[in-house]
Amino acid sequence: MSITKDKIIYVAKLARIRLDEKNLDHFTSQLDKILSYMEKLNQLNTDDTAQTSHVMGLSNVFRPDENTASLSNEEALSNAPEQENGHFKVPKII
Amino acid sequence: MELTQYSAYELSTMVGKGDIYPVDIAAAYLKRIAALDKNIHAFVHCDPEAVLKKAEKIKTGRLRGVPIAIKDNFCVKGQPTTCGSKILKDFRPPYNATVIEKLEQEGAIILGKVNMDEFAFGSSCETSAYGPTHNPWDITRAPGGSSGGSAAAVAARFAPWALGSDTGGSIRQPASLCGVVGLKPTYGRVSRYGLIAFASSLDQIGPLTLDVRDAALLSSVISGYDPKDSTSVNIPVPDYLQLLGENVKGLKIGIPKEYFITGIEDGVKNAVMQAIEVFRKLGAQIEEINLPHTEYAVATYYIVAPSEASSNLARFDGVQYGLRVTKGEKVSDSGLIDMYMKTRGEGFGQEALRRIILGTYSLSSGYYDAYYLKALKVRTKIGEDFKKAFARVDCIMTPTSPTGAFKLGERTDDPLAMYLSDIFTISANLAGIPALSIPCGFTPENLPVGLQILGKPFDEQTLFNAAHAYQQSTNWHRRKPAMAQK
Amino acid sequence: MTYEPVIGLEVHVQMDTRSKAFCGCGTVFGMPANTQVCPVCMGLPGVLPVLNEKFLEYAIRTALALNCTVANYLKFDRKHYFYPDLPKNYQISQYDQPLAGHGRLNIEADAIKKTIRILRVHMEEDAGKLIHTAGGSLVDFNRCGMPLLEIVSEPDINSAAEAYAYLSQLKNILEYLEVSDCDMEKGSLRCDANISLRPAGQTALGIKTEVKNMNSFKGVRDALNYEIGRQEQVLRDGGAITQETRLWNEEQQKTFSMRSKEEAHDYRYFPEPDLVPFTISDETIAAAKQALPELPAVKKTRFMAEYKLSEYDASVISADKYLALYFENTVKQYHMPKIICNWLMGDVMNFINTNQVNIKKLDEVLPVKNLVAMVQLIDNNTISGKIAKEVLAAMLTGGKDAATIIKEKNLGQISDSEALEAIIDEVIREQQKVVEEVKTGKDKALMFLVGQVMQKTRGKANPQIVNTLIKKKLLGNA
Repeated sequence: MSITKDKIIYVAKLARIRLDEKNLDHFTSQLDKILSYMEKLNQLNTDDTAQTSHVMGLSNVFRPDENTASLSNEEALSNAPEQENGHFKVPKII
Repeated sequence: MELTQYSAYELSTMVGKGDIYPVDIAAAYLKRIAALDKNIHAFVHCDPEAVLKKAEKIKTGRLRGVPIAIKDNFCVKGQPTTCGSKILKDFRPPYNATVIEKLEQEGAIILGKVNMDEFAFGSSCETSAYGPTHNPWDITRAPGGSSGGSAAAVAARFAPWALGSDTGGSIRQPASLCGVVGLKPTYGRVSRYGLIAFASSLDQIGPLTLDVRDAALLSSVISGYDPKDSTSVNIPVPDYLQLLGENVKGLKIGIPKEYFITGIEDGVKNAVMQAIEVFRKLGAQIEEINLPHTEYAVATYYIVAPSEASSNLARFDGVQYGLRVTKGEKVSDSGLIDMYMKTRGEGFGQEALRRIILGTYSLSSGYYDAYYLKALKVRTKIGEDFKKAFARVDCIMTPTSPTGAFKLGERTDDPLAMYLSDIFTISANLAGIPALSIPCGFTPENLPVGLQILGKPFDEQTLFNAAHAYQQSTNWHRRKPAMAQK
Repeated sequence: MTYEPVIGLEVHVQMDTRSKAFCGCGTVFGMPANTQVCPVCMGLPGVLPVLNEKFLEYAIRTALALNCTVANYLKFDRKHYFYPDLPKNYQISQYDQPLAGHGRLNIEADAIKKTIRILRVHMEEDAGKLIHTAGGSLVDFNRCGMPLLEIVSEPDINSAAEAYAYLSQLKNILEYLEVSDCDMEKGSLRCDANISLRPAGQTALGIKTEVKNMNSFKGVRDALNYEIGRQEQVLRDGGAITQETRLWNEEQQKTFSMRSKEEAHDYRYFPEPDLVPFTISDETIAAAKQALPELPAVKKTRFMAEYKLSEYDASVISADKYLALYFENTVKQYHMPKIICNWLMGDVMNFINTNQVNIKKLDEVLPVKNLVAMVQLIDNNTISGKIAKEVLAAMLTGGKDAATIIKEKNLGQISDSEALEAIIDEVIREQQKVVEEVKTGKDKALMFLVGQVMQKTRGKANPQIVNTLIKKKLLGNA
């Protein structure tokens, strides 16, 4: 599979990243090279192979339904770039 | 002798006996950092006054008064935590990582935060938004990465030990390149809570230390089940230090032939072969083994890791913390999408952008099965290789890195070449097994070489014991870079 | 041509746990903004989720009550999209291995019974809340991480009335299970609808719209009725339906297109690496099934058989768990089910509805023994049915028992012949003309005299005794 510039534009938009024209070309050619290398995996037959999502095979890890301390409003907002009335403030959703 | 020349274990013993005071240790390291870190740039944040104040107050704990350098991707309450990225500029977490809590409970003194590749994406420490770190053995060279600041800080004796994180070799490779000890524990051994995630299914936290004894001590402190981390494993942690042995008679060591074929520098190969010879002389049995899927590890890793990273890094969007880029001064000057695109486009460096794009691509509609799912299946095969091997041998020895420390700027142009240099370290992350790197010699350019010892899941003790036996009969770990001679 | 609406509902129900889905923050409604938050639910860098065991327990209970097949293996997935109320910019949800599926819910609408199939039930975390102001949007993360169950129906619903019945039935069941307070106004139950029209008899589906922002059961019914009408009009005018999301506007009683340039959804689901998978054994499932309470449909059938209630009465009484419980407690003390049912469905329900009484607390407002005592007083002729209404009203508002009220208000029925005879004599004196008619055997005239006595006693006279006494006096027989 070779990757096109259009696909990179689509993916960058999905990832909410603005790329300038230079980076766009740069990434297209670099990723094309990287993805060609990934083709290697197709040499392997994995039809009967299970996927590994969790390497240690744990299951059923819970926490009890108990309350722990919450942050204060000041702590919660301590890193806020902009705030108003105890809320985080963000630009308008257009 | 200067206090900064001791190991952490020695310092803790001296404090315990009342021979020295925590504040004197802290002062000695702070003085050294102030004088010499301008050449190395290991630290990105250090508040000497606060450190001294803390050192004066500390009264209890197994690590009482022993300073430690912390990689800048651990959350420390109220302290700058930037992950080497512009996008986390000025971020001060309102909470502590579990490992930080454990260190503080034992009386360790956090000296400051050390440099890293941005979000741990890299193996040279050059992708940090705050400038590269230099290798104390040769400041024109990279310390390796991503825990380059941690490794350099320990090698330069700016701290007796440091905490790092390892997703594909990020502890072991810089440890190797800086001539220190580095351990990536078994996945699930150390709680990841509070470690800013790169690739959740691969990340582990581990120590970078001067010798194996210190690695065993620090591992005992930071390991163990944490109810805040669903993936941490609830099995008891041995007292690694107490159990530290030095007898390797009859130890079965596997040497995978796939690790000794292409691209290894002769200096590295020779040093590693000699190290294996040392083990043979100490009574270990050396066996050649196969890890047939090794050649697929890089491709597998560079699908799994960026995919998870693209997801983990989605949260850096300028809403709650960190950098926010808008058109004008006020939020009302631009739209939300615009803010997202600019903040993320400008906040992330090149390597982070590349990995986010790559990861987003491999998870996107129509590509998931071909890339991500395929990689998860090959990951199973890589894990099975190790299972088979460990049915025959107790541990596996390989080089940690195919080369010694490389020149700064030398590899930044070709990402694929950079990725391929992780070939020896990433399999351990994919398989979840523990892996230790110890100094085992030098290249003809007088650059440190690391020996990697891989073990069975949760069998860190075997690695410590083998490595400790080696350090009892060799002196490589006692060699210091010129700048750290006194 | 007639059109048939095809509707599928996606219901989000907040599980009524003490703590959030993946962290220990509280789940109280209406807290000051950003005070019920912690690093985990705010998605700060470095945090990890750990599943609340109660959440899974409630989810399994709900799925079983909806006749679903519960999976033996489940996992969580990350669903990615950027929105400021979603702090990680992914939601922990379930994608290809949800908790449960293949369920069904029986409903009755417009006197027709049918079964609505349930496609899937899955667990996920809620997002925060946004307030839009002129200068930007304000984000409150209190709701972030609340445990949600998404219940998706098959498109088996064919009218707004059926959708209403489905929701009501679902709410009844959830309340029976005590897993959610199902308050649409607080957002603990939310409903989106997919709706399309097709010519009656056609099997292929038409183009659908998704209707959101319905904030009450009535809102759902109104919105669907509106949307059915709107789509029908478009089709009759020869137009085509645009596949889009439409928002219900309660004030204008219309749906409006969101008109946003929606990008194609590409959620990039992948297994959540920070949560391990969960296995649920057949034994666990069987035990959970065993532990389910009697559900409304079963209870209704039993009430019809055991208490001989009509289907209508049985369905009203069994719809609410606490009303049913109250009914049964009352009947246990005094076995007159039909009469008690009538009182409950009439005056008691009226009072509850007018005064917004929580049925759960009905026993505090009207202790079972008080209702029992009142019905007994009617049956032993101490008070008439009419007086009983007055007594009940006083019991509901004042909390006193029937006997006290009757005594205080002097409402007891006069059964004492001597007291009544004096009044009867008075009436006979006053109504000579009618008395003559009675003597000629006119029943109507007799009833009139009884009525006169009742009036003079302000309803307290026992009409049977009055009747007997008058007959005795005027006709010499009883």
